Amino acid sequence: MQTITQKLANPTRFMELSGKLLPWLAAAAALTLGYAMYLAFFVAPPDYQQGETVKIMFIHVPAAWLAMMGYSIIALSSFGLLVFRHPLADVSAKAAAPIGAAFTLLALITGSLWGKPMWGTYWVWDARLTSVLILFFLYLGLMALRSSLEDEATAAKLTAVLALVGVVILPIIKFSVDWWNTLHQPASVLKMGGSTIHPDLLRPLLISAIGFTILFLVLHLKGMRNEILRRRVKALTMAEVERAARGHVPAAAE
Amino acid sequence: MDLGPHAAFIWASYAAETIVLATLIGWLLYDGSRQKQQLADLERRGVTRRGASSPAKDTP
Repeated sequence: MQTITQKLANPTRFMELSGKLLPWLAAAAALTLGYAMYLAFFVAPPDYQQGETVKIMFIHVPAAWLAMMGYSIIALSSFGLLVFRHPLADVSAKAAAPIGAAFTLLALITGSLWGKPMWGTYWVWDARLTSVLILFFLYLGLMALRSSLEDEATAAKLTAVLALVGVVILPIIKFSVDWWNTLHQPASVLKMGGSTIHPDLLRPLLISAIGFTILFLVLHLKGMRNEILRRRVKALTMAEVERAARGHVPAAAE
Repeated sequence: MDLGPHAAFIWASYAAETIVLATLIGWLLYDGSRQKQQLADLERRGVTRRGASSPAKDTP
């Protein structure tokens, strides 16, 4: 019996399945995010210390989570490419990079805009902020490395190695607030002993996180579909070029 | 809607989120339609992955 990954190893089957799933997932993302924004702006109360500024949390925290999830997807896909040679592993890693970079950029921007009124500064070189900035540069590095190499197989392998080396940044980001003295607050949602956030603020946050996660999956699936199409176009273009070259071989040489 | 003295920071955050995600979605949609168009052009010309020639030229 085939596992789900074996079934999806066939790009044609992946295109069929993802084509059916995408509209439903996109609708689910839109509805969930719409509901989350309604809760954020019309239901959630102001925080007793931060006031209305807490509304930035509903987009900042999901963006930060997805920045790390994006890199986890790249690392797992890279492992799948180097160890199992899964046909879609590199497609997945390549498609996740710009999406992960976008969410990391959003985490940095929204965090900065939240920091100014709360901390009195847009930026400080503390461990959490700096490690997330390094994550953003890692994303840029992965995309730059891939685009600088013409041979696609070599680019895929080198990018996968760099992605696996860079995965060390994830525990550093997660535990930076515990290991060092940082201006950034420690974990308050996912922590031993339960969340320290009031349920009235936690509920919109979790719904927003679910909505953005579904949106990430939609964007990732779309990016993978685009990449599969791009590889088909490239293969057909190469076939056409080869055929044209064969057609111009002088008869004496055959 | 009164968002207090720091409303500008809240609106700027949501605006940044909207702009970045809209740009990403727009780029993915544009890229997808461009790839589909290129693939359709190649298939219309009868190009196959095995490097076979176009039907028009193969016909004796």
